[in-house]
Amino acid sequence: MESAVRSAVAPPAGTSARAAAEATLSVPLARVAQGSVSRRLRSVAIGALSIGLWLALWQLASVHKWNFFFRFENIPAPTEVAAAFAELYAAPKFAAHVGNSVRRIFLGFSLAAGLSVVLGLLIGRFRVAAQSLFPPLEILRPIPAVAWIPLAILLFSSAEQSMVFITFIGAFFPILLSTIHGVEGIDRRLVYASLTLGAGPFAVFREVILPGALPSIVTGLSIGMGTSWFSLVTAEMISGQFGIGYYTWEAYTLQQYPKIVLGMITIGLLGMGSSFLIKWVGRRFMPWFKPDASAA
Amino acid sequence: MTQTASLGAIALHGVDVHFGEGKTAVQALSGIDLKIAPGEFVSILGPSGCGKSTIIGALAGFTKVSAGELRVDAERVTAPGPERGVVFQQHTLFPWKTVAKNVEFGLKMRGVGKAERERKARDILSSMGLSEFLAHYPHQLSGGMQQRVNLARVLVNRPRVILMDEPFCSLDAQTRLQMQELLLSLWHELHMTVVFVTHEVDEALFLSDRVVVLTQRPARIKTEVRLELPRPRTRDLLTSPEFVTLKRELLELLLGSAFASTSPS
Repeated sequence: MESAVRSAVAPPAGTSARAAAEATLSVPLARVAQGSVSRRLRSVAIGALSIGLWLALWQLASVHKWNFFFRFENIPAPTEVAAAFAELYAAPKFAAHVGNSVRRIFLGFSLAAGLSVVLGLLIGRFRVAAQSLFPPLEILRPIPAVAWIPLAILLFSSAEQSMVFITFIGAFFPILLSTIHGVEGIDRRLVYASLTLGAGPFAVFREVILPGALPSIVTGLSIGMGTSWFSLVTAEMISGQFGIGYYTWEAYTLQQYPKIVLGMITIGLLGMGSSFLIKWVGRRFMPWFKPDASAA
Repeated sequence: MTQTASLGAIALHGVDVHFGEGKTAVQALSGIDLKIAPGEFVSILGPSGCGKSTIIGALAGFTKVSAGELRVDAERVTAPGPERGVVFQQHTLFPWKTVAKNVEFGLKMRGVGKAERERKARDILSSMGLSEFLAHYPHQLSGGMQQRVNLARVLVNRPRVILMDEPFCSLDAQTRLQMQELLLSLWHELHMTVVFVTHEVDEALFLSDRVVVLTQRPARIKTEVRLELPRPRTRDLLTSPEFVTLKRELLELLLGSAFASTSPS
């Protein structure tokens, strides 16, 4: 959607195909640009309308307790969820739940990011590191983070530590693999060029390997952020005290059904916010990186 | 600048290069003997895939020689070094560095202070008509500009030797000619030794003091042609009778029997 809008706004200079098409259709450029604004508004309106219709359908299904394959009798209506949302301001416990989850993500994800980027750079760059470090990691990799939960409870003295560990495991492997691929994908000629310009081994690492692998590392971080939330929510549901996953599960056990949906929405928003944060930081660090830009 | 005039001598003695092992082993170079004087411009001309780029790799220090030895100013070549600048066919600018930072890179590696390296980068870039692009990233430049920045990044280090591996062959004809003229004027000014690999006869003739013609793989030296064409060379030379005669001679040397057998049709 966005690219279609952008291409309609972009000046046609240099793109002869578009210039030719424009000549045949004889559409003035100003009208195309103007049209794209109203087209954008229209697409937003259609999107909003669609969401509204789905919410209305959900409301109807819950209020009338429709039971056809899906059983809506216990499903809270959007209005009930909205009411629960309004109550939140009066409930300091909710903020504590969110705060706990965010802290666990921050700890587990940061540890995973630090360790896996360093290991990934070493494994990608040095054969000895690849030979010694990669095989044991390859054995552990296919085990989903959630499968670690029982062992994690045994490994650590507190539930808190085990949940941070699960978050760590969830983020570790996606970041590790992306970092390794990033290093392996670096154009060897760039390394040669740096050597002929007098770079020593450490400078090659800092000036070529790290920035060269950075786009791939950022991709890994954003995938890892998703998997660490997934892992944390599961861990909190099973062994948690506090945390948004625990909150959602507790709402189910206490039959406070609107809160289930509220928890789900909150988890979605937290995941979205943190992946947006990663993308933003990534763009800040890589002003040169334009994945969709053609060369000049 | 004059202190480099006596430096940049290159000597290859019986250089063999093999790649791979066993059944997949390929010999790229065979018994290459070549002496290049300081400040000389030598082109290495050979059929595609003959192994001419391997000479650049060996001189740069990326490629290990299987036999024989290479020396630059009597010093044995064992690893890459900043006194031997390399320009590849496609630019090798760092995509994550601006034009200015790319050019500063070699100076930074040598420990030159920030202010001085910024000044030097600015000077050389403006002498090459790139002063408006200091803050641009490589992907924002055209192919010809990228290769000019690449050249600036090498030359700012005042290398004794520059090794060029078909540096202009991916550029369009006009840009290529401009780059060739630019290279000649920089060479005239800086007096470095140039080893220029190409498969284009025109390019070798237009630029060089001497053209070394290689055989098919494994590459040996077939012959050498010393060019007495006057300098400074201008584009008028390209259409002069003596140029055309030399071109015909070199084409026959390069293509040999293949040239003879395809020409009647």
